[in-house]
Amino acid sequence: MLLRIREPVEAVTFSFDGRSVTAARGDTLAAALLAAGVETFRDSVVGGEPRAPYCLMGVCFECLVTIDGVQNRQSCLVEVREGVVVYSQHGARLLTEGGQR
Amino acid sequence: MPLLDESDIAVVGGGLVGAALAWGLARTGLKTMVLDGADLDPRASRANFALVWVQGKGLHAPHYALWSKASAERWPTFAAALAADAGIDVALSQRGAFSFALSQGELGMLAAELETIAAETNGAAAPYEMLTAEETRRRLPLVGRDVVGAAYSQADGHVNSLRLFRALHTAMRNRGVDYRAGHAVERIVPVGDGFRLAGAYGAIFARRIVLAAGIGTQRLAPMVGLHAPLKHSKGQILVTEKCRPFFEYTSATIRQADEGGVMIGDSEETHTAAIATNQDINAVLANRAVRVFPCLAELNVVRSWAGFRVKTQDGLPIYAQSVSHPGAFIAVCHSGVTLAANHALVVAPQIAAGAFSPDLAPFHSRRFHASENS
Repeated sequence: MLLRIREPVEAVTFSFDGRSVTAARGDTLAAALLAAGVETFRDSVVGGEPRAPYCLMGVCFECLVTIDGVQNRQSCLVEVREGVVVYSQHGARLLTEGGQR
Repeated sequence: MPLLDESDIAVVGGGLVGAALAWGLARTGLKTMVLDGADLDPRASRANFALVWVQGKGLHAPHYALWSKASAERWPTFAAALAADAGIDVALSQRGAFSFALSQGELGMLAAELETIAAETNGAAAPYEMLTAEETRRRLPLVGRDVVGAAYSQADGHVNSLRLFRALHTAMRNRGVDYRAGHAVERIVPVGDGFRLAGAYGAIFARRIVLAAGIGTQRLAPMVGLHAPLKHSKGQILVTEKCRPFFEYTSATIRQADEGGVMIGDSEETHTAAIATNQDINAVLANRAVRVFPCLAELNVVRSWAGFRVKTQDGLPIYAQSVSHPGAFIAVCHSGVTLAANHALVVAPQIAAGAFSPDLAPFHSRRFHASENS
């Protein structure tokens, strides 16, 4: 469990798996979720085990979540925004047929 | 003089080729040692594309076309034996492969090469089909509009090559192979009844040796009267994040690994010794991949790496025993994945028996030196 070292100066509210979460403006999404007590961000594509941020610097890809409908975003590299809709990532991302060209 | 560590046979090189041979040799009962280099040595075994590939191989070299085909056919037996020895499933999948053409010129070249190989092998090469754009899209609805056609062969497949590497190392150790990491061989000295292999680690003695050190083989071969002329061939690969299955076959340039990541290749640079990846080449790889499968555009690339292929001057493997120093063998090739089944199940037993069979004679290194034919 992570604890904030100071109270947020400016609060930001967003949703994670349907529940409301309050964070501090300037938090990364990963930090905001960890501070809110979230322990499972996704499950392993290979083995199904629960996963959470490890490196917090964009390298390990353990902190993947779905943000506003876009799958597999690295939550440690995204700043939290008011009203953003976040879901934990289940399974590998689904390719859409996309880009008919 | 202190006694040296010794073995019946020492394999120089612990990559896919060396490990497959060492496992095969140990299976025949020989006391086998593997002398491997350092982690940061250039290692094709850790940079490869993991294909068990036959399609298009052996143009003007029918013996190589048939050798590759035989190994692909032998792969299920090989994978089963490996699983039994190592307890590791290497995720062999042989559902066939497409070669995609993005222009009529590419499609014509594909057709001409496959037709030539079929003719040169009197029809014994792996069967294939040439597909129109419409037929390609019927079989693969996600293929993009830039694809004008494809070749398809059911002989091709792929594996998880990281697990293959792991499985070979586990299996050879389970068979009693004495594996020595950090033992880069610098000098080979023929002695009375064998060979002294020396390096910064000291020296060991082996009654027989197999040089399977990839691009390092070129330097070692002349020490025992062998010859392994190689050329530079750098390849570069993109790897995407894992995604749900979208392509159950494989291709030489795009494949989805068993765990979901998509690997995109396959470039070749012949005039560089620099290992760093080149972004311009990555851009070409990505562009071609997205033209073949437009759905790939939304995927994130998570890694990119380069490696040096082990390419002989004519691109074909070298299997040879030294004439001047019998007991010294060489096995050097590109396609250490495809040929792993042959190496473990055919080449290793022949080395153990003391000689290569006549059908491997065309792979002898004497082909590079007319004067060695005498």
